[in-house]
This record gives sequence, C-alpha cells and structure tokens, in this order.
Amino acid sequence: MSEVLSLTGRQMTHLRRTPEKIIAVSLTPVAMVVILGYLFASVITVEGGAYHDYVMAGVFAQVGLACVGSTAIGVASDLQTGLTDRFRSMPISRASVLFAYTVADLVTAVAAMGAVSGVGLLVGWRIHGGLLESLAAVGLLLGFTYTMLWLGVLIGLVMRNLEAINGVTALALVVFSFLSNSFMPLRGLPGWLRTVAEWNPVSSVAEACRVLWHNAPASEGASLPVRHPELASVLTLAVLLAVVVPLALRAFRTAATR
Amino acid sequence: MEFAIQAEGLKKRFGDHEVLAGVDLSVPPGTVLGLLGPNGAGKTTTVRTLATLLAPDGGRATVAGYDVVRRPREVRRRIGLAGQYAAVDGLLTGRENLVMIGRLMGLGRRGARTRAEELLDGFGLQHAAGRPSKTYSGGMRRRLDLAACLVASPQVLFLDEPTTGLDPASRITLWQQVREQIARGVTVLLTTQYLEEADFLADRITVFGSGRVIAEGTADELKRKVGDERLEVSVEGVEALEPAAAALGRAVSEAPVVDRETRRIAVRLADGIGGVARAAAELERCGVPVTDFAVRRPSLDEVFLQLTGASAQVKESGDE
Repeated sequence: MSEVLSLTGRQMTHLRRTPEKIIAVSLTPVAMVVILGYLFASVITVEGGAYHDYVMAGVFAQVGLACVGSTAIGVASDLQTGLTDRFRSMPISRASVLFAYTVADLVTAVAAMGAVSGVGLLVGWRIHGGLLESLAAVGLLLGFTYTMLWLGVLIGLVMRNLEAINGVTALALVVFSFLSNSFMPLRGLPGWLRTVAEWNPVSSVAEACRVLWHNAPASEGASLPVRHPELASVLTLAVLLAVVVPLALRAFRTAATR
Repeated sequence: MEFAIQAEGLKKRFGDHEVLAGVDLSVPPGTVLGLLGPNGAGKTTTVRTLATLLAPDGGRATVAGYDVVRRPREVRRRIGLAGQYAAVDGLLTGRENLVMIGRLMGLGRRGARTRAEELLDGFGLQHAAGRPSKTYSGGMRRRLDLAACLVASPQVLFLDEPTTGLDPASRITLWQQVREQIARGVTVLLTTQYLEEADFLADRITVFGSGRVIAEGTADELKRKVGDERLEVSVEGVEALEPAAAALGRAVSEAPVVDRETRRIAVRLADGIGGVARAAAELERCGVPVTDFAVRRPSLDEVFLQLTGASAQVKESGDE
C-alpha cells in the first residue's frame, strides 16, 4: 500500500508540475461542448429535451476516451526512459506500479470533467434528476473512465512507440465517440452499424447518464443496451476490466523484451 | 555463498535470434567483472537476465545466493541496476527521485529522506537537489542514476554501460564513485564498450562474442594472450632507419618491422628488461639520433579486436 502511495505521489507531482495534461485531456471535449452544445444547438433538435443537455453525457464519456491516450503515453514514456526497468528490478509489487498510473490519471480525468461541466453550465446544461440519480451517473462515468485508464495502460505497454500511440488513440477517440449515441441518436444508422454502436460502451454509459440526469434520453429500439443502459454499462465495463487488467499485468511482466 | 553472481549455461532467444548461447559466469563477492563485447553480443541480455528482468530460456543463475528465476524478490532486495539510460524521473527533483526509491525500498519516510541526503552529498548533487532532474547535465543524471541504485545499499550492482555518452571529465568522476562502492565490498557486474573503463574498474574481464564467452581473465592475462611486449623506436630521418634496425636486430635477435612513413621500428621483446638494455646500448653505440624509445604492450583494444575477429581489418590499415 505504501508502494502505491509513493508511486501515486510521483504521478501527482507530475500533474502539479505539468498541469497541461488536464488541458490536453479536456481540449476535445470542451471543443465539442462549445461547437455542438452552443453553436449547433439551435439547429439540432432531439426529442424530449434540449440538445445542449443531450450532448453533455457523451462529452463526459469523451473525457474518459481521451484519457486512454494520455495514460498510454505516460506508461510508454516510463518504458522508454528505463524507469519501468528500475521499478521491475525492485522488490515491489508489479500491480502497484500499474495501479498508481490509474489512480493518478483518474484525478486528471476528474479535473478535466470539472472543466467540461463548467463550460457545460455556461452553455445552459442542467441536471434535472434527483441527487442520488445524479451521483449514480457520476459514479458510472468514473467507472467508465477507470476502465479506459486500464485500457490505456495496456496500450502503452504493448505499443511502446509514442507516435504510434498518439495516432491510434486519437483515431480511437474519434471512432468510439462518433460511433455511439454521444452526439446523435442512432436511429439514422443502417441496421448492423446501429447494433455495433448500441453495444459500444460509450453509448450505454452516455445513455444511462442521460436517463439518470433526465437529459433528453434517446432510448428507442429493442436491444438490451437501449432498454437497460445502466445494466449494459455495468456489464460491459465489468467484462472489459476483467479482460484488460490481467492482460496489462501480463504485459508488464513481459515488458522487457530486450 | 561462494559466488556473488553465478550463471551456468544461460540461454535466451528472441524469435529466431539466439542472443545467449550458454553463458557461464562466476563473480566472487567484492570483485568487479567487466563484460566486454561488440553490440549485440549479449551483454545487456545477460545483465537483464541476472537482474530478474528477463527469464532465461535455459540454464540457471544465482545472484547474492538466490536463484533469479525462483526467488526473484529475494534477488531484487539485494541488487541495484543502472541501465543504459539514466532511469530517473525527469519531472521529479534529484531529492524527490531518491526519496521515492527509498520509500519503495521500504526505508520509511524518515529513513528515505536521510538516505537521500547522504547520497546527494556523496555524489556532489546537493547544489542541484531541488531542481527537476530533466534540467541536469548528462553526467549529473548518470550520477543521480547511480545514487538511485545505491539507495538500499545493494550487495550486487549491475552497471550496463554506465558512462556511454559522457564527456571524459564526467566519466572519471563516475568511475571514482563506482570505485568507492567497490571499496565498500559491493560486487559489480559492468558492461562496457570502453576497454579503458574495463581496464580501470574491473578485476576480471569476460569477452563476449555472439552470445557466448570467448575469453576470460584479468586485463593483463588477456593482453598477454594476444602478444608479447614490443619495443618501438622512432628516428629522426629516413636515412637513420637502416642502421637503427640493424642495431635492434643485433640486440634482440628478432627481425624488426620497419615503417618508413612514420620512421618507426618495432621489435618483439621476448625476454623483457634485458632486451631493452641491450637495444639501448646498441643504438647508443652506433650513434643513431632516436626521438622516441618505448616499450609497448598490446592495448585492450587490440585484445578486443583480435578476439572478436575484427583484427584482420585493422592490421591492414594499421601501423604494423
């Protein structure tokens, strides 16, 4: 436990000295709030509420997606500088090294979500749900983000190359947020693509938040993630974590190929 | 515990490439073994295997008495590893780096602070202790790196090319600091490209070539293996070469090698000081103006090149 504390302390010092990381993670989401929630809000209409309300849940999920890249970069840089080798040659638990990345980056994500909420409130976003419901949605977003952080750890350990990581995670950010109901209801998509997008965890998490915040939920359709977005989110995230965490630990054990 | 580091038949392959083809090493406690060899000979892989970062495909190894595969945690308590790059956190200050390592090694908050100050003093980093280490010069970063692997006072130290890329002054400072550790009884395994470094730091040297040990011994033994001492005499003018060569030939009864371009004559010395005395006397007697008179032993560079099979090339272009 003291290992996790010292290692997380190291990451928090990083965050204190380079707060740009928070800006990097919140840049795209904040831009989406401004462009979609403010500039386009008057021309896009959704059923059951205002578009600037609809769009916010998806933007929060986008913060989680943006964290994949920044965590992966942090992990891969430590591999490159040899710091990971130093940790691996020390009598400390390997899980604690990885755990420290995710704890520290969750703090980054929370700060970024704070920035996004601020801009959201400025363009008129309001939560209409009750306190418990609202907090449940926040918890769900944190769970989603935390899963994404582990995914970032795995990608960083496996890909290693900073430019490649940058490219792939930037693409994934676009694909996963646009191939979901984050910014548009899915009814216009062709059947097979619609199924893919419905099962995208970003969709179920965003939809669950909208339901809990009473922010113009777009539930139409018969599939499980559409009818029970909260259940679907919890399930997909649990499955993802159960797959990604052991893979990341394994990748860390074999991270020294040369 | 007989040896601080012992390896028997270590094997490792990456895909089709056999990096270690059965490496045997044994390093007595408190001594320094230098691993020499060209790039890709398996030096770093050996170090990483012994430091528990890589699992060997075959063979076995113990470090500080513990098997590296079965008891890695016990090994990790007793080793320090300085890899090819200074593995320090650039955003943390020098002090924060050392305190973090101390806390991870279980020294406790206060213990880690005390140890960090000791090391900052010992490595001449106190003046920069409060600056992020990314602002350090290359030499300072390496020193911090070395300090970081000494935080928990390890019994065995692995130094993988510790001075690669450093300027001569920083290199000498680092060597002195390594020597201090050696004086304290730490066992060191050092890989290097610089033969001078092995000559200066190592008690024994192991030469690696394509994944196996191709020679082993002290620096002197290796040099002797390659050739005897030789006497080199330089003269002022080309016309003095003939009489000087004749004089040397009489003195040591070996055929001298004459290089007209550098006006240098070299002759093998089989019987040491006696030959030197006779050569000096002969030269004096025939009155040849000598500008340089020196006994040379093969350098470790020559040893290295000959053993690793690159000697042919050098002889062609060299001065022999």
